Amino acid sequence: MALARLQVSPSVRAGEAVEVRLLVQHPMETGFRRESDGRAVPMNVVNSLVCRLGAVEVLRAEFGSGVSANPYLSFWIVPPASGELVVEWVDDAGVKGRVAATIAVT
Amino acid sequence: MLFLAAFACAAVAQEPKRPSPLKPGPEFQSPDVRALQADDFANPGMLWVARGGELWRAPGANGKRCADCHGADAASMKGVAARHPRHDPSLGRLTDLAGRIEACRSRHQGSPDLARESPEALALEAFVAHQSRGLPVAVSTDGPAREAYERGRSLYVARVGQLNLACTHCHDERWGRTLLAEPISQGHPTGWPAYRLEWQSLGSLHRRLRACFFGVRARQPAAGSEELLALELYLADRARGLAVEAPGVRR
Ligand code: HEC
Ligand code: HEC
Repeated sequence: MALARLQVSPSVRAGEAVEVRLLVQHPMETGFRRESDGRAVPMNVVNSLVCRLGAVEVLRAEFGSGVSANPYLSFWIVPPASGELVVEWVDDAGVKGRVAATIAVT
Repeated sequence: MLFLAAFACAAVAQEPKRPSPLKPGPEFQSPDVRALQADDFANPGMLWVARGGELWRAPGANGKRCADCHGADAASMKGVAARHPRHDPSLGRLTDLAGRIEACRSRHQGSPDLARESPEALALEAFVAHQSRGLPVAVSTDGPAREAYERGRSLYVARVGQLNLACTHCHDERWGRTLLAEPISQGHPTGWPAYRLEWQSLGSLHRRLRACFFGVRARQPAAGSEELLALELYLADRARGLAVEAPGVRR
């Protein structure tokens, strides 16, 4: 289950900055935890995340074991033109996630 | 000896002093945690609410959805969390919201049992509880619920564990003070299920209560046990009038 929420204003005036907010549901297992029977829980974090607006990459992030579960990101972009904002990520188990939203530049 | 006897009598006094004025849980949280709860986007508990909404519309084992019987928009669930736990006439026993949802899953959807603290059970509970956000707690402690209420009250004042403390010693007599680095609240159930930063997950009220038993090094009653249901009913009665705030965020 790759559940995430993406929030961005659907329309923005040319040249204006807009906030992008993203919340991804993920346990972000550090690899340091053990089950009650002593078995180590393998590390599994969202290790990379990319955000693109149309063909332009606007954010790339790499995460390690120091990021809390269910990571929350917020950043600002100045969209050059209307397009689809796509966020994609992958975790250590190879599970991929994707959310998208449309931004209209007026 | 005489002194000891007098002390023991005071300890079993029946009606504990209730907190006044009533203050909800967030008032004892740091400003950043409070802000996180208030922000419907950043509140991580809303991920469980969103997932619960998907499950609400997903078919059970017999093909029936929660939405088929209770409406797609879940408006019929408004106020339901505020009146739980309650004596459910169709089940003939006291049940909390999680138990009621589980009853619908097995009785009306023929679905296999979900563990209480499973992600799906928490998601459904968070989704249903969220529909009551802002509504005042209004449980019934009369009639068939009376016995459980009284049991809850006596559990609330009973000293337990190696530390030999009762709920009332912390949540009625010492709220507003700190335990190690943690401010002690009045112990209201209104924010639950809540996202607890320490757990890095949403968790149920029963899990929180078990943590309080653990804290005084007492035997922890099982989640869903009659003991915790009775305590939950007593807590809800103490919180009467406070608004449901699920999903809360706690340290
Ligand atoms: C086939 C119809 C049906 C389905 C499907 C169903 N329910 Fe119910 N639900 C009922 C009925 C009928 C009651 C009233 C009690 C009873 O008779 O079991 C009820 C009661 C409830 C209550 C208590 C309401 C109150 O006013 O106290 C809750 C909460 C609830 N259901 C949640 C759910 C959820 C969540 C699902 C899906 C996982 C679900 N139900 C699926 C029929 C259904
Ligand atoms: C040694 C002190 C202590 C005792 C005894 C104790 N608790 Fe707690 N309890 C805490 C602390 C500390 C917290 C976490 C901070 C807070 O919210 O109060 C807490 C949290 C809670 C909460 C969550 C409140 C919220 O808003 O999230 C509830 C409900 C609660 N306790 C109920 C109980 C019950 C019922 C008992 C008796 C079985 C009990 N507690 C015994 C210290 C105690």
